[in-house]
Amino acid sequence: MGKIIYEFTEAIRIAMAQIRANKMRSALTALGVIIGIVAVTLMGTAITGIDIGFDRSLSMLGDDVIYVQKWPWHNVEDWWNYANRPIMKPSDAIALNAVIAATPNSLLDVAVFDDARNSTVKAGGLSVSGVFTRGTTADYGRIVTTDFEAGRLFSETESDGARQVCVLGYDVAHALFPVGSAIGATVQVQGQPFQVIGVLAKQGSFLGLFSFDNQMLMPLGAFRKYFGIRDENTEMQVKIRDKYRLAESEDELEGAMRRIRGLAPGVRDNFSLNEGQAFKQQLDPIKQGIAIAGIFVTGLSLFVGAIGIMNITFVSVRERTKEIGTRKALGARRFTILLQFLIEAISICAIGGCIGLALTFGLSQVVKTLLPSFPLVFSPVLVCFSMLAAVVTGVLSGIVPAWGASRLDPVVALRYE
Amino acid sequence: MVPPAPVESRIVRPVGPLVIAIEGVTKLYQMGDETIHALRGISLSIRRNEYLAIMGPSGSGKSTLMNMLGCLDTPTAGKYEFNGQDVAAMVDDELADIRNREIGFVFQTFNLLARSDALKNVELPLIYAGVPPSQRHERAQIALENVGLGGRLHHRPNELSGGQRQRVAIARALVNRPSIILADEPTGNLDSKTGIEIMALFEDLYEAGNTLIVVTHEESIARHARRIVRLRDGLIESDGPVD
Repeated sequence: MGKIIYEFTEAIRIAMAQIRANKMRSALTALGVIIGIVAVTLMGTAITGIDIGFDRSLSMLGDDVIYVQKWPWHNVEDWWNYANRPIMKPSDAIALNAVIAATPNSLLDVAVFDDARNSTVKAGGLSVSGVFTRGTTADYGRIVTTDFEAGRLFSETESDGARQVCVLGYDVAHALFPVGSAIGATVQVQGQPFQVIGVLAKQGSFLGLFSFDNQMLMPLGAFRKYFGIRDENTEMQVKIRDKYRLAESEDELEGAMRRIRGLAPGVRDNFSLNEGQAFKQQLDPIKQGIAIAGIFVTGLSLFVGAIGIMNITFVSVRERTKEIGTRKALGARRFTILLQFLIEAISICAIGGCIGLALTFGLSQVVKTLLPSFPLVFSPVLVCFSMLAAVVTGVLSGIVPAWGASRLDPVVALRYE
Repeated sequence: MVPPAPVESRIVRPVGPLVIAIEGVTKLYQMGDETIHALRGISLSIRRNEYLAIMGPSGSGKSTLMNMLGCLDTPTAGKYEFNGQDVAAMVDDELADIRNREIGFVFQTFNLLARSDALKNVELPLIYAGVPPSQRHERAQIALENVGLGGRLHHRPNELSGGQRQRVAIARALVNRPSIILADEPTGNLDSKTGIEIMALFEDLYEAGNTLIVVTHEESIARHARRIVRLRDGLIESDGPVD
């Protein structure tokens, strides 16, 4: 064992001396590996980043919330089977909550009805358009996990009384009230005054498409008064007690909804149960496709780097043939020679890997600064993986020339000029 | 040409036990369709404390015999024992160990590692023998001092003269205390004055109890030895003491 460590340290020493002696050549060879490693790790950071960004977005939808809606979230070809479904009504939520209360050990917690529309919100001389305006009840507070930057959600009294109060999303509040607090101020929605009682904390956007900070909440009664009643956007959010029993919860919810809607056995559901996990199932194959294609393409660049290493190791063996002969004459075993050249190839790759990682880290920091919403995640796993990739590249590209060197006949090698 | 040492001043040390025993060794090479008989059946015994010169014109099998003696190559047929070990049957790594322990090589072209200093060059056989670094430095330094290069430990080969380079090579050959020193045309790349110095160093090594084998085509060099083996066409033409 001691001898192996000894041989390794000697081989590393020789490799380092060799790299120092051929700085330019080593640098150019390492460049191939650097580019490969940067490409692979950047791809890796992007893929992990997309993954994490996606999970973060999903958690905004609530991973313990099932959305009961007229339409499913996935595309349907038989749209005519859905078009004539009834829309969700506030009474559905009341009925469901009654069922939940009557069911012992129900997996469901609470059902909350809401309706939504885009609107324009004005205050002072400023206005924000396209605000996602949601009318709901005080129970909504049991579902949303969002923190408040200031203020609170409307109370049950305010909700039942259809009071003209509202909660603004972070971006809306700060656009309308660039200085000072929005709390207590009055905003105009559909020409009606609403008093701001709360501002939500910053949440970010869902998959970069829909911003949770560009929304407004108001009591359902007030909403219906000014936005009307008939609407396809109505939904019911149902919170479940245990997110790890999602499937069972959905079964229970489906049964309860069928009862409320009075559906006979054999009749199709006239409502859809949607949840974030379904999104994930749809997007996972796409994500995997991107990952496989990305890793393949970037892997190619690492492969080109490996060919460079192999080439330079061949050259190194060739120009040091006489040295190999001398070393063998002095008692170097095959393994020693093999190790010497292998470690040299691995060293170049490892150095290239380190530089590549440092570059990737720098690049990801730059991207993070310039595009804060772009999900790039530089993980320790990725660091280990990249270094492993670099070392494996070194072994694979060095093994053939190193093996050749170790098999050289000392008589021939000594005579080589 | 290096003039031979004056015979009357030479001492001949008593020889010791058998180191090399070669019997009926042949070596064939395949060159295309042609088979070359480099050695056609050679028998040779070398004892400890001998100072032997191997001579012969090019093509005589001199180099092949040297490679064989140096355990760089194995015979096609015949017996070769080195200190009682059967070399003919050995595989590569076993031969490498024998070379490391038993043989000190001195080459015509010195064969020093260009980027390593004198000390590192001399340490090389000790590295392959697995000697720990502290002992290695000490032994290499002593070996260099013994060849008169105590003041040149950290010079690289290109900072040394030809004679000094060959001294480094000799120190390297001696450092692992081998059974034999095998020198291939050791003065071939040196001017005659430096050649004399190197041969004087060999004389000292011999008197200090080393076993020397010098392969040369120069009569004047060969006459420094105590015994000359002459080869011709793959056979030993003559084998006897220097008169």
